[in-house]
Amino acid sequence: MKIAVLTKAIPKLKSLKIDSSKKWIDDSNIQYIMNEHDTYALEEAVLIKEKLKDNSEVFAITMGPMNRSKQIMQEALAKGADKGLIIKNDFKITDPLAFAKIFSEKIKDEKFDLILCGLASYDLGSGQTSVLIGELLGMTTATFAIETNVINKKIKIKKELESGFSQWIEMSLPASISIQSGLNNPRYVSIKNIVQAKDKEVIIKNVDKEIVTMQGFTKFYVPVNEKKTEFIEGELDAVTNKIIRILKEDLKLI
Amino acid sequence: MILVVLENQRGIIHDFSLQAIVAGQQFANEYNCPLNILCLGENADNLKNQASKYECDSIIIAEHNLIKEYTSDGFSKALSDVIQDKKPQFTIMGHSYMARDFLPRVSVKQDIPFISDLTSVNFQNEKIVFSKQVFNAKFLTNIELDPNVKSAILSFQSSAFSKDKLIFGTPKNIEKFNLSLDKEDIRIVSQEPFKETSSDVDLSSSEFIVTVGRGIESEDNLPIMEKFVDAIGADLGSSRPVVDMGILPKSRLVGSSGHTVAPNLYLAVGLSGAIQHVVAMKGSEKIMAINTDRDAPIFEVADYAVIGDLFDIIPELTRKISED
Ligand SMILES: Cc1cc2nc3c(=O)[nH]c(=O)nc-3n(C[C@H](O)[C@H](O)[C@H](O)COP(=O)(O)OP(=O)(O)OC[C@H]3O[C@@H](n4cnc5c(N)ncnc54)[C@H](O)[C@@H]3O)c2cc1C
Repeated sequence: MKIAVLTKAIPKLKSLKIDSSKKWIDDSNIQYIMNEHDTYALEEAVLIKEKLKDNSEVFAITMGPMNRSKQIMQEALAKGADKGLIIKNDFKITDPLAFAKIFSEKIKDEKFDLILCGLASYDLGSGQTSVLIGELLGMTTATFAIETNVINKKIKIKKELESGFSQWIEMSLPASISIQSGLNNPRYVSIKNIVQAKDKEVIIKNVDKEIVTMQGFTKFYVPVNEKKTEFIEGELDAVTNKIIRILKEDLKLI
Repeated sequence: MILVVLENQRGIIHDFSLQAIVAGQQFANEYNCPLNILCLGENADNLKNQASKYECDSIIIAEHNLIKEYTSDGFSKALSDVIQDKKPQFTIMGHSYMARDFLPRVSVKQDIPFISDLTSVNFQNEKIVFSKQVFNAKFLTNIELDPNVKSAILSFQSSAFSKDKLIFGTPKNIEKFNLSLDKEDIRIVSQEPFKETSSDVDLSSSEFIVTVGRGIESEDNLPIMEKFVDAIGADLGSSRPVVDMGILPKSRLVGSSGHTVAPNLYLAVGLSGAIQHVVAMKGSEKIMAINTDRDAPIFEVADYAVIGDLFDIIPELTRKISED
């Protein structure tokens, strides 16, 4: 089986600032990491391959600027992907459908049997990508998988539903599925894995066509606080005394 | 025309759908156009009866043998057909798990934008400006549609429209929509939803909850929190990443994928306050949060914002309270 895992480099969320255009974050001095939700999708793909014990292959695929894409591609290869595909793109695309159209155009010839994604990206967080790509490529789709089981040309998935409910569904392959975080334990990467990853094949494609968008981000801002909030800070002793006074006297909880 | 799509939740209209009706009523008012409410497949007739008390122009019932149970194949095809025929300017749903599961497919089938997970909408003279949270709720962004877009799909977060604003009335018209679905359209077989085995605690009835977030870093640090809740007599809750990392069981999870809670005091420790968490705890009587980051979104809903390191504050609180 040919399995694809879509993964994205996202900024480390600590100490982000809005840039002067107010349309994006200031990315002059930030570190990029693999979107945490994707680490579970990648692990699930590798687990599926290991369970099948055939000549299945896991492709890690990412789209974005070259430097950060290379960085997380090495991580994906070290974590068990067999091959990589980087779709080099320097445009900031905030229209999920436009993004998915480019993505599916670039991967359609690979004829994947299964595409796995994290449930959303921490940065833009539309949570649409896996479903859009699945539909664009004529695949079956499912979201929030918490268990997967591939059985000859079909996949059985346990889906997470709202308020503690779950549901089993079975669908035909090819399928595109978003994975709920926490369903597995992403593996530890050894130095040996990191070294071996350097020898794995990475294909590079370019986004050169003009991108047509129908929606887009127009202005970033920091949320305003509508509630009257009492701020408590300072010396540890004073802060903890204050908290205890609130718990005891104001709220009568202890 | 504005189209609101209702979702069936175990026999009744999903709460998010009631909020979507409020959104639909406001859009229809703003654009001075008809509001249609769509009851799709699963339990459609029953939903129609429940929806008949809300003001709208038309309730559309679209039923078919092949969508008696929800599948993303069936629902996306059916909704796409309705949009194709009715040409709504906006199709609106609550941002539920189901909406996430099939609306992107309708967006592809119709080649129209789906703006998901919206927190608010602002009608300005000639244009409409939406907003949603980005970067794990650190920022909000405005979103606008290209002026050439004639039709779009929207899904709103549960906080965007309050169902207290529902306008009651009677639909002027009830209409059956003929769907043409083929067996081949449905490639997904779904089984009955079930509830995972129940939990050791019932957080939903708890009066004092201390919830720990990713700030706890690792399982090794959990005793700090356990000693603290023992000392003050609270129940311990958890954010999603803490459950994902296996530090606490899912029965402790507060959020849209876990419990909804409303204690007298909700104390959030080392937790950022993402919308999926906040929706399930913002009804608490009082909220206190301890966080090192002054800009953490959790402070927006907090009555008491303690800025500091949990590894300093929590052990010190435990010590002082135990000595008492
Ligand atoms: C469909 C869906 C469903 C979801 N369901 C849920 C859900 O049910 N429940 C849920 O919680 N989330 C849910 N999430 C995830 C949610 O979006 C957030 O990712 C999550 O809530 C963040 O958890 P957190 O606050 O613990 O971690 P983070 O966002 O990483 O926040 C950690 C916080 O701790 C602070 N901190 C770090 N160290 C310290 C310290 N030493 N002292 C004090 N503060 C410190 C940091 O400043 C930061 O604010 C869901 C997401 C999706 C997409």
